[in-house]
Amino acid sequence: MAQTSVLPPVLRESGQREVFCGLTSIVWLHRRMPDAFFLVVGSRTCAHLIQSAAGVMIFAEPRFGTAILGERDLAGLADANEELDRLVGDLLARRPEIRTLFLVGSCPSEVIKLDLAKAAERINTRMQGRVRVVNYSGSGIETTFTQGEDGALTSLVPLLPSNPEPQLLIVGTLADGVEERFLSLFARMGLETVRTLPPRQSTDLPPVGPGTRLLLAQPFVADTVRALERRGAQRIAAPYPLGVEGSCAWMAAAAAAFGIDPERVAAVLDPLAERGRRALEPLRRKLEGKRLFLLPDSQLEIPLARFLHRECGMELVEVGTPYLDRQLMAEELPLLPEGTQLSEGQDVEKQLERVRASRPDLVVCGMGLANPLEAEGFATKWSIELVFSPIHGCDQAADLAELFARPLNRRELLQWN
Amino acid sequence: MELTLWTYEGPPHVGAMRIAASMEGVHYVLHAPQGDTYADLLFTMIERRDRRPPVTYTTFQARDLGGDTAELVKRSIQQAVDRFKPEALLVGESCTAELIQDQPGSLACGMDLGVPVVSLELPAYSKKENWGAAETLYQLCRGLLKSQVPAPGTDRPGPERWKEENRRPRVNLLGPSLLGFRCRDDVRELRGLLADHGIDVNVVAPLGARPADLIRLPQADANLCLYPEVAGPLCSWLERNFGTPVVRTVPIGIGATAQFLRELCALLGLEPPELREADQRSRLPWYSKSVDSTYLTGKRVFIFADATHAIAAARIASRELGFTVVGLGSYSREQAREVRAAAKELGLEALISDDYLEVEQAMAQAAPELVLGTQMERHSAKRLGIPCAVISAPLHVQDVPARYAPQMGWEGANVIFDSWVHPLMMGLEEHLIGMFRHDFEFVDGHLSHLGGAAAPAAQPMAAPVNEETEVTPLSATPEGGSLRWTASGEAELSRIPFFVRGKVRRNTEAYANERGVAEITEETLYEAKAHFSR
Repeated sequence: MAQTSVLPPVLRESGQREVFCGLTSIVWLHRRMPDAFFLVVGSRTCAHLIQSAAGVMIFAEPRFGTAILGERDLAGLADANEELDRLVGDLLARRPEIRTLFLVGSCPSEVIKLDLAKAAERINTRMQGRVRVVNYSGSGIETTFTQGEDGALTSLVPLLPSNPEPQLLIVGTLADGVEERFLSLFARMGLETVRTLPPRQSTDLPPVGPGTRLLLAQPFVADTVRALERRGAQRIAAPYPLGVEGSCAWMAAAAAAFGIDPERVAAVLDPLAERGRRALEPLRRKLEGKRLFLLPDSQLEIPLARFLHRECGMELVEVGTPYLDRQLMAEELPLLPEGTQLSEGQDVEKQLERVRASRPDLVVCGMGLANPLEAEGFATKWSIELVFSPIHGCDQAADLAELFARPLNRRELLQWN
Repeated sequence: MELTLWTYEGPPHVGAMRIAASMEGVHYVLHAPQGDTYADLLFTMIERRDRRPPVTYTTFQARDLGGDTAELVKRSIQQAVDRFKPEALLVGESCTAELIQDQPGSLACGMDLGVPVVSLELPAYSKKENWGAAETLYQLCRGLLKSQVPAPGTDRPGPERWKEENRRPRVNLLGPSLLGFRCRDDVRELRGLLADHGIDVNVVAPLGARPADLIRLPQADANLCLYPEVAGPLCSWLERNFGTPVVRTVPIGIGATAQFLRELCALLGLEPPELREADQRSRLPWYSKSVDSTYLTGKRVFIFADATHAIAAARIASRELGFTVVGLGSYSREQAREVRAAAKELGLEALISDDYLEVEQAMAQAAPELVLGTQMERHSAKRLGIPCAVISAPLHVQDVPARYAPQMGWEGANVIFDSWVHPLMMGLEEHLIGMFRHDFEFVDGHLSHLGGAAAPAAQPMAAPVNEETEVTPLSATPEGGSLRWTASGEAELSRIPFFVRGKVRRNTEAYANERGVAEITEETLYEAKAHFSR
């Protein structure tokens, strides 16, 4: 993929940002690793954020909570470390089945410089292996939305056992069904040792070492990749497994890295690609020529835009991303059509003016903007759903396209007279 | 530090947002880190609003902390005023901004913006959402009305001046706001109720009001303090400064609505309302009197909510539906006294707490047959397998329904009857399950009118349901720890209908402990039963 397309300079904006903080990642990570508990050290705002996002589900046993800082903690009247120890003690007494405890930093805990890494170390020693305590930051001042997962995975890297054996390690949360599907496809190609991070049980961590080749399922795991690289692993350069094209290239890149005969790979992938494209066909007819505007949210925007343009025929008005890591996007950027306007960061009022001026057919945006834009007459696709849906792989390409076609279909379907 | 699994209230700046978003023509500049814009979702998703809340966030990031965050604040204020041209501006901080102390309020006051500016001091580490809402509404009105306050000693017009002025009496409805429980329909219901009694509405605030409307607040003959959590301080201030009397009875339930009308009519010098009005206008009295409701008598109910809804619910449950209230509490510390008084009347000790675990424990201890609570109590009730209805904020999207669903007034009572009785087992089914426990379909804990889910409190959108439907033996290890249920005792216990089984278990164990009985047999159970029956 050496070809380069000419992209205009990236629009870098600063101003009001309408995005989630990294704490939000807890909303899906607690389901991926049900034996883990996420304890945010922060304020009532942090507690309110998570429960507003996840509170519609009814929990018999909560899997996350907040240690809310009080005035005594801020005034230094209470030793924050002692307080945290007491609180973790209470929590683990109530929930003895917890195997991994994530201490999650927030804006308040970062601003007052509470050393959660030290706290995690201390509690670890005291718990003597009954539960593992790690820490990462999900604060809004440092992380945007999916970057929280990056932090959580990075915090797990030092716990991975060492193993120099060759293996493929898929990095980034995948839906269970998608994960199983990839494993069976790789097995068909003759790639047997394939593991995933994060695992389904927080104690079941994959090993890492010089033989490990990393395949990124998600584009937002930059820090995790760097931490794994420091332990000897090497990243496989590939686009992300969204759509038929991306997924095939992704799997082929992994197979190539392990020296698997391209013919054998093609024998597995070609029928999949053929079937995937057939399934996409009706959706392509729906989406073709439609103009798309993506607001920054999860860093998935660039691969999504690539898929929606190349495989569904959509026109790209603007592709916003909260953060552009050129290294991890190196295989994606050349696949964008010439002239695609990228924007990094956000000034939401100005960006909304551009949305209104360009009158796109579909706007991908967060839930704070979706209903207001619908009321202004724009079709929207709320972006958080993309993190909660099985969208990876050839077999999922049509489902992914359907997520974008659905709001357009719905607008045609509804009639009031 | 305090461990919180669920919080009953958001931070105080969310309260301030509720005021700004409920009103028109008010803008709020909030100094807050990136990510705090999540609060927009409360309005666009839960309240399903069709526009963005009128809030500009500074959304500073770590790299801004090295630079001049005060400059960022000033830029955001200027841009917000230029873009949105508000009639009044609120300026405040979120919890993280409070730590870096940029004094955004004073900055704004020094900027010569040409609009009234209210600088909000909301201590995020000691106060919460409702306090923030009440303080914001109070400060906003105070700021706008300061110049109108009559000098001390001036004669203030009485509540009957409408007669001299030859017009209908008019009142303010104070307190309804977005993210309040069913405020939208409560306002509509009350407008109708007041109109029926020849009373006009002067201003509804904050919901739907503009700053110009707030300036008209003193023109009312009386203030109706509908949600004391939000409007309490404002009503007191208006009473002190403008002499406007306040009706503090909240018209939720038949008795409370009737009392509210009597008070208001007496205050305004109107004819007292007809005694039969409730029976004519609401169906709750007849529904509750009809024989089908007899089985509701003495149902044990646990109530936890904001103070207003908890007190109202206790009165309805005990007097109008014939339930036995076995627990009453609230997370509203500001109204703790009123809740304590209401609990005392029922012979209970009020639980004043914002600790979700403490509430869950009290609920388990009381072993109720029905829980009336908030969104949070649905979690505990699910865990304990107890039917539950939501009566107060915090709420989620299903409690902002499309249909007309007030809690106040006559129609509110109808809504309450339906929604509280619905989660309970229907009478016939209750009898049959008590008689025949070997059925293959209608098993213990089955509520066939709810679609047959085995767990009584299961909700359709719920996470994986806790399969255990039996009321859990929460007090299984009593003090001393030597108590044992024999096989015959357990067998007898299992014959008790499931919704009272928890209570019977607890009573029997208490009885055994009291008598120093170590082994509980079927006979112990019946002795305890006889002992506790009055």
